[in-house]
Formats: sequence, structure tokens, C-alpha cells
Amino acid sequence: MNFRKYLFILIPYSWLVALFLVPFIIVVKMSLSDGVMAIPPYTPYLTLTEGWAGITNFFTNLDFENFIFLTEDNLYWIAYLSSLKIAAISTVITLLVGYPIAYGMANASNEWRPTLIMLVILPFWTSFLIRIYSWMGILSQEGFLNQFLLWLGIIDQPLTLLNTNIAVYIGIVYTYLPFMILPIYASLEKLDLSLLEAAKDLGCNRTQSFWLVTVPLSKAGIIAGCFLVFIPVIGEFVIPSLLGGADTLMIGTILWQEFFANRDWPVASAVAVILLLILMVPIILFQRSEQKQREAE
Amino acid sequence: MKRFTWFNTISLTLGFAFLYIPMLILIIYSFNASKLVTVWAGFSTQWYSRLFNNEAFIDAAWVTLKVGFISSCAATILGTMIAYIMVRGGRFYGRSLFSSMIYAPLVMPEVITGLSLLLLFISIGLDRGVFTIILAHTTFSMCYVSVVVSSRLASFDVSIEEAAIDLGCTAFDAFRSVTLPIIAPAVISGWLLAFTLSLDDLVIASFVSGPASTTLPIKIYSSVRLGLSPEINALSTLMIAVVTFGVLTSSIISKRAIKRQKREEEQAFKNG
Repeated sequence: MNFRKYLFILIPYSWLVALFLVPFIIVVKMSLSDGVMAIPPYTPYLTLTEGWAGITNFFTNLDFENFIFLTEDNLYWIAYLSSLKIAAISTVITLLVGYPIAYGMANASNEWRPTLIMLVILPFWTSFLIRIYSWMGILSQEGFLNQFLLWLGIIDQPLTLLNTNIAVYIGIVYTYLPFMILPIYASLEKLDLSLLEAAKDLGCNRTQSFWLVTVPLSKAGIIAGCFLVFIPVIGEFVIPSLLGGADTLMIGTILWQEFFANRDWPVASAVAVILLLILMVPIILFQRSEQKQREAE
Repeated sequence: MKRFTWFNTISLTLGFAFLYIPMLILIIYSFNASKLVTVWAGFSTQWYSRLFNNEAFIDAAWVTLKVGFISSCAATILGTMIAYIMVRGGRFYGRSLFSSMIYAPLVMPEVITGLSLLLLFISIGLDRGVFTIILAHTTFSMCYVSVVVSSRLASFDVSIEEAAIDLGCTAFDAFRSVTLPIIAPAVISGWLLAFTLSLDDLVIASFVSGPASTTLPIKIYSSVRLGLSPEINALSTLMIAVVTFGVLTSSIISKRAIKRQKREEEQAFKNG
């Protein structure tokens, strides 16, 4: 019985070790190697045929050169910082856009709610790429937004929106909005309405009871929504590469360029390792807050 | 408090307009006669017929469907196994490493997953192509499947399974005839999720695909990077239509299933 149980565990376990853990170790190893002009463009190789000499030779060839290179070149620091900045600003905007929608959904009548939830989830099933593409037609120089604003007479010159940071923010808010709405809606739905009545009885007007009762009680949803947007946006590639411009620096696109355009695999790996180290911070904070939430319930 | 105030109505209207207007514009302009996507020049379906005659797109669509189908089936089997191990498996050696390997791919940036898998395939000398994309997609979507299935597994009573074993079922029989029918809705939605994730993936597929194995997202991306194209609008419209149809039918089916289950339970209650 026990033997069979371990055999059953072994199948997915070895799959994950082979296709997740081992590749990850290879990236770390690669980040410590030197770039050479060859295919594959890196040394050193671990050659087990040379025995112990091969292994020691392998380890003496590893160094932190790529990481030192990253710290010396300003581009990378700016890209990491700018990824964090873009992620933070777009998280705040997504919260400001998403909260009223979640609030409206939670206050909708019971027969409407399943439909509204489905309408929020539906875009999530449609291709990410297509949703980004749809904004290219809206934001371009001759795009629909410019046509509309010109027609209204608000502007007399078309605005440059596509290939700027503004377009990146719009794209992020648009694609990540369901991740913000759903957790906030879940926490607002659980809200005990008698607490709002109590606040009213105690002399709160509607605005006060919103800020003093509703918002604090939906804190769990707000925190979860913010992490669910912030964490994936840091490593985002598609949005900055299609909607962003020359001044949009995000680490996902830098990694892509290092790998595909510059073919510098060791540097691309070092960029990936540092990106992961940066991501560890919000991921651990998120796990802690989730755990606290579970204990509170 | 449960009422439609003007604030709620406005925020819902604006919110859903924001979510849906871009896609509506995309769909409308796929029927545009002009090559310029943003200028309306009359109704036409020419971009659809051009799309169906574009062999590169048709080939890419086949590759994508093949990869999506195989990888989501493999991911569903492996993901359900993982969920079963995590919820029912008890203690075993290396459990904490196992659980972190399940959750890590969910938060791993796609660029890193793609890069690391490519480096693996190169270092073991595996030629890049359809097979490597299937391996990559199975690996990340099985983790999503396991999350979906474990929440369902955790919420049902173990004693039913134990009863089946007491009545002489082997562990596998008990799983097949008791557990599987109960968790089936979660397994199906896990499969759908895995299929969608695979159909949608651009970044990982770009790293691990070879020259002869272009998926639809890779094709769309390389065409869109050069600018707007009415053919892409037509393709997007078809994809949106398929997804909407799928989501609507599955939600109707699951609603009916819930209703039937309720009715049967009531019936059983009356009879019992």
C-alpha cells in the first residue's frame, strides 16, 4: 500500500522536479557563467567525463560577473525601479476603478449578481493578447479616442497616446481589473448589513459609514486584489511591448531583449534571478496576510 | 441597503462599458471594408475569407489547438493527482518542497518560466517544437488545475470515500466510483482553464517553440507588432465568439446540474 502511494506521488513529483526545479537551477547556474560568442552562447559546461577535475574547473569558472555588470549599468536599475513604479501606480488606479464596480455589484439585487459576476469573468477567458490589441486601435494617432475627442472639440490636435506610459497604464488596468474586482466583491458580499444600520443609528451619514464601516471591513479584499495585480505586473511583457514606447522600461521586456536580441543568455539569467529576488518580497507579504486572514476567520 | 442607488448604477455602467467597449469596437471593425482599421468604409466580410485562405494562420491554429488539447488533458490528470496527494496524501517525505513547487509556477513571471524551460531543453538536447510547447504548457497549467480541484476535494466529506473502502472497494475503485463523480465539475473547469491558458500563452511558447511550430498567439503578436490589421480583427472576433459561446453554455449546463441535484435531493428527502 505504502509503496503504491509513493509511486503515485512520484509521478507528478518527478515531473515538477524535472520541468520546474531543474530548469530553475539551470537559470541560476547560467547567471554565474560567462557569455561567449557561440551557440549556446555561454560557458562553462559541466562535463562529468573529466571527473573531479571537470567539477572543480566548473566551479572555479562560476563568478558574479553578470551581477556586477548589472549593478554597473544604470539601465537595469532604472528598469527594475520603473517596473516597480509602474506596477505600484497601476495597482492604485486599478483599485480606484475596481472598488466602485465591486461595490455596485455587491449592492445589486440577487437575481442580477450571477450575471454581473459572469460579465466580470468573461473577459478573463478571452485572449489577453486580443484585449491588448483592442486598445491599439483605440489609442493610436488616428484611433477612436482621438477621433471622438476631436469630434467633441475638446482637442484640436490628435494626442499621442499609443507607445507611451499612459497606454501601458490603461492596458494594465483594463486587463487586470477582474483580479481586483472579484476579491473585493467577495469581501463586500460577506459584509453584515446590520453594522451599517448600527452606524446609521449612531449618527453616521452615508459617507461616514462607508469610510468607517464598509472600507475597513473590505480590507481583506482590497489587500488581496492589490497583490494579485501588483505581483504579475512587475514581470509583465506583452503590455509594455505592444502599448509602451521607447521610454517605457520594464524588466520583462529587458529580459526578452537580452535573450532574443542581444543573445546574452548569462545576463538574461542574472536579470531573471534578481527579478525573482525582488518578487519574493511581495509574495511573502501576500502569503502572510492571507494566513492572518484565515486565522482571523 | 440592497437597492440600486444612482452611484451604483453609474459605477456599474461605466465599469462594464470600460470592459466591453474596446472589444465591441474590435468586433465592429472586423466587418469594415477598408484596410485602415480605424476608418469605416462600409460592411464587408472580406477579412474573414482572407483569413480562411491564409495558410499560415490556419497552420498556427492547428498547432495551437493540438498543443492546447494534449497539454490540458495531461495537465488535468497530473493536476488532479497533485490535488489528491495534497488533500488526502497525509505526510510524506518532501511534502513542503512539493507544495512550494505547485505554488511557485502560479506567481512566476512568464518570461522566467520560458527562459528556464528553454535552457533545460537546450541542455538536454531536445529539439524545440510542438512537443516542447506541450511539456511547458502542461507544467504550468497542472498547477492551476491542482488549485481548482483541491478546493473542491477539501470541501467534501472523506467518510464517503472511507465507507466505500470499508464496503470492499480498493482505493482506486473508491476514487473512480465515489470521489471522481463528486469532483467532476472541478476537474472539468480545471481542464477548461488549462485549455484556455494554453491557447492564450504567448511568452512561454515564444521561448520554447521551434521555427516549424508557430502557435496562434505568436503569429498574432508578430503581425500586431507591425501595426493594426483587419485580419487580426476578424480572427479576434472569431476567438471572442467561441469563448463567449463556451462560457455561456457551460454556465447554463452547470446551473441546470445544480437545479437537478437540488431536485433529486428534495426527492430523496421526501422518499426517505
